[in-house]
Amino acid sequence: MTTRDRILARIRRAVPAPAPDEATPEAALAAIPRDYLRVHDATWTPARTADLLAANLTEYRAKVHRTDEAGLPPLLARLLSGSRTVLIPPALPPHWLSGTSATLVPDQESSNAHDLDGVDSTVTGCALAIAETGTIVLDGGPDQGRRRITLIPDHHVCVVRVPSQVVDSVPQALERLDPTRPLTWISGPSATSDIELDRVEGVHGPRTLDVILLGAQ
Amino acid sequence: MTRTDLGMPAFPPAAPFPPGATFPPGATSQAFPAFPEAAKEAVRDDVLRANLRRATHTIRDKRARAVTELADWDRLRAAGKAVKDHTLRHLDHYLLQLEAAVTAAGGTVHWAADAEEANRIVTALVLATGEREVVKVKSMATQETGLNEALEAAGIAAYETDLAELIVQLGHDRPSHILVPAIHRNRDEIRDIFRTEMAGWGRPAPEDLGDDPRELAEAARLHLREKFLRAKVAVSGANFMVAETGTMVVLESEGNGRMCLTLPDTLISVVGIEKVVPTFRDLEIFLQTLPRSSTAERMNPYTTMWTGTADGDGPSAFHLVLLDNGRTDTLADETGRQALRCIRCSACLNVCPVYERAGGHAYGSVYPGPIGAILSPQLRGTGSDIDATLPYASTLCGACYEVCPVAIDIPEVLVHLRERVAQGGPVTRAGIRVRLRPAHGHTAERAAMRAARLLLDRPGALRTAERLLARARRLRPRRLPGPGRAWTDTRTLPDLPAEPFRDWWLRERGTRP
Amino acid sequence: MRVALFVTCVNDALYPRTGIAVVRLLERLGVDVDFPAAQSCCGQPQYNTGYRREAEPLLRRTAEAFAGYDHVVTPSGSCAAMVRAHYPRIARLAAREGRGSGLEKLAEDLVPRVHELTEFLVDVLGVTDVGAYYPHTVTYHPSCHGLRTLGLGERPRRLLAAVKGLELVELPGADECCGFGGTFAVKNPDVSAAMAADKTAAARATGAEVLCGADNSCLAHLDGTLRRAGVPLRTLHLAEILASTEEDPLR
Repeated sequence: MTTRDRILARIRRAVPAPAPDEATPEAALAAIPRDYLRVHDATWTPARTADLLAANLTEYRAKVHRTDEAGLPPLLARLLSGSRTVLIPPALPPHWLSGTSATLVPDQESSNAHDLDGVDSTVTGCALAIAETGTIVLDGGPDQGRRRITLIPDHHVCVVRVPSQVVDSVPQALERLDPTRPLTWISGPSATSDIELDRVEGVHGPRTLDVILLGAQ
Repeated sequence: MTRTDLGMPAFPPAAPFPPGATFPPGATSQAFPAFPEAAKEAVRDDVLRANLRRATHTIRDKRARAVTELADWDRLRAAGKAVKDHTLRHLDHYLLQLEAAVTAAGGTVHWAADAEEANRIVTALVLATGEREVVKVKSMATQETGLNEALEAAGIAAYETDLAELIVQLGHDRPSHILVPAIHRNRDEIRDIFRTEMAGWGRPAPEDLGDDPRELAEAARLHLREKFLRAKVAVSGANFMVAETGTMVVLESEGNGRMCLTLPDTLISVVGIEKVVPTFRDLEIFLQTLPRSSTAERMNPYTTMWTGTADGDGPSAFHLVLLDNGRTDTLADETGRQALRCIRCSACLNVCPVYERAGGHAYGSVYPGPIGAILSPQLRGTGSDIDATLPYASTLCGACYEVCPVAIDIPEVLVHLRERVAQGGPVTRAGIRVRLRPAHGHTAERAAMRAARLLLDRPGALRTAERLLARARRLRPRRLPGPGRAWTDTRTLPDLPAEPFRDWWLRERGTRP
Repeated sequence: MRVALFVTCVNDALYPRTGIAVVRLLERLGVDVDFPAAQSCCGQPQYNTGYRREAEPLLRRTAEAFAGYDHVVTPSGSCAAMVRAHYPRIARLAAREGRGSGLEKLAEDLVPRVHELTEFLVDVLGVTDVGAYYPHTVTYHPSCHGLRTLGLGERPRRLLAAVKGLELVELPGADECCGFGGTFAVKNPDVSAAMAADKTAAARATGAEVLCGADNSCLAHLDGTLRRAGVPLRTLHLAEILASTEEDPLR
């Protein structure tokens, strides 16, 4: 008997055998009451949702900026003015960085972690953002790239399209995400409270997180 | 434990028990003192008491605020409980579904019946890569199995990368909290540990390292970065596994998790079988309740979700080790199985008045606090002194149940386990149903409880006893003998009344009994 | 309305003055109180220490002693909680294990009729001002079973706040356990004493003259701690304060 069989047999002995007329697991799961809220405030408008996203991101020490398509290149140029090198995913809209004087480093599969460690900043888009929790979610899309490019450089600039990429709540976010893609949920820069529960921002991930809410002003 | 000298970073010397020890089920717990004795030391340690009080009170107040923000908290809690119970009811079904989904996504699934088997599987997987070091994300399951020690014995260095776990590892210490394993250490102690120990493991701490948490975190960042960048193998746990899709979920704060989960070529995740949830959608409950219950945040800084392996992004090999190690035995107990709903948030620790005074080490397990008091005696059995006394390490005040995001009625399970210790009864060990005999230490107590019941069930005899007591009121001793001494050591006995209530009633209101 | 006093074994043997206070208070409010002498102990010490089966005869005795009364009133949150929260489980398990015929019916019949004193006053009688007089500074410790198992909430403090002459001061960390916990007090004496030390220090820091509670077991533990330390802070059961009037003041 394999360990697998042994564990499965123990489970089957531990719980009552399913009755002949018992619902299938899928039907029983569907019958569980889920009367919690899909959204915590049904009166949200796109504008208020964006404000909430900005407020929650700011509370967790992300730096939030707002601009429109025309304002994006100069804003990015300003945010990247202290960076010598900027790592970019495969399909970032080229005009975004048209005003930036830093050297652009396209991510390549051959570049290893050490190579990425030498880069100053990274710029990406996102899959979506969640207002209620102040979260941005990356799913490895072409404007986001591999997970490591938003991890190793010390500065991450993330562009969120408002309102199309902003959802109100966690339940709405899960509905829109594809679980088969590698997902990274980011709520502010990395932080630790391991020393006397005193919150310190910036441990291993990027210590600076700039979030740009891109939409009509 | 074998020391190795194979040109690898030196291991810190093995500290005498208890620091540095882990608690594989049924093994080292035998050597651990009973809870009251272990707690006695902690209660007398003023620095520890102050560290714990400050930390637990800070986090409990923040949690309360974070939870109050959600008007539907009770409904999320009820749904979380229901989904977990449902999953446990159909655990075989969901584990098979999970196995199929992980395999289809390019991962490999292994099954481990106990700690030893899990450690053997992980060790073999690491050795097969040719590597001799691994980076680790904080994982309760691998602490439970004592994986680091097993790897060390095989000549493999395991580096803890969570800041608190690093503090614990460098300090030859044991974790004392599920979420904040170094909660018992203050900044001065941490600075001293970094200054003296970091050099032995890799990049030394700066000579002039101060005690500002920012400086300490920066020292850890630099120390660990070289390890992350060169690591080829990582070991993790997981907060959730989604049966439907094979998706693994890890919540963290520092980014060490992302480093371990995405940079190495090989990722090995050791996860308890109870961590499975049926569908991706079910995460909508737990991603709301877990961060608010544990770190009191709306959302933790980083959550990573991965499904098998992805081309060109992250590890090219993924191994999932499904761990039983007493979980199916726990599942077999109708009252006790609710402990398997636990999502390891540690809210119960932070509100527990006993944890606050006794500290995490007194629980003799990687699972301290109220949840540990019901989990350890089920996973390991009640055979050792520590496991037989853990169910009594509570006043049954109920604060733990009140904050639990999956509504585990911890007081109910504590009372149930007390019964198992005091009276014996049916229990499942290693898949076999046995009848436990009452614990030895409880013979006198059992007799006393029976005598008390016989007296209390006979009002005539009770009245006589009460009258005798009243007559003896002038003899009120300062110290009682036997178990009563534990009362009179710190407490004066109450004044005895001239007559019991029932005599007053008889005299004043005149109804005959 | 037939009302029975469930005085509890601790109050019967050690704190008859609390039972007397409940009788005087309820009679003052026009309630006809009876004391069924067949009552003894609810079985909580046995049950909470792991001797569930020893509690079964006491469940039967308690339920039978109070059969036929409309309301059963007890000045102890933990004994009320024992009946309401645990009697159904004890009876259910006894039936499943082939013992205790009829226990489930007895428990089911008793549970809805049992009230902790403040619940009876506020919910059944609908009063918060019971006409009491007690010109002292008082702080209140809500014992855990009343607070969390029964959900007494603001009832005790509302009753105290309505007492003439009484100044109620809030107890910081009031919802934290005092460390009694039944046999916990002797099985884990060090932690228990540390909790009592913190609770009594908090009570003392309020400057109140009286530390009031609604569970004499917790108060015995706190009073014993205060007296051993020589602290002149008086502990009193809520019922005794509510029974005190201008004509017949509590001394």
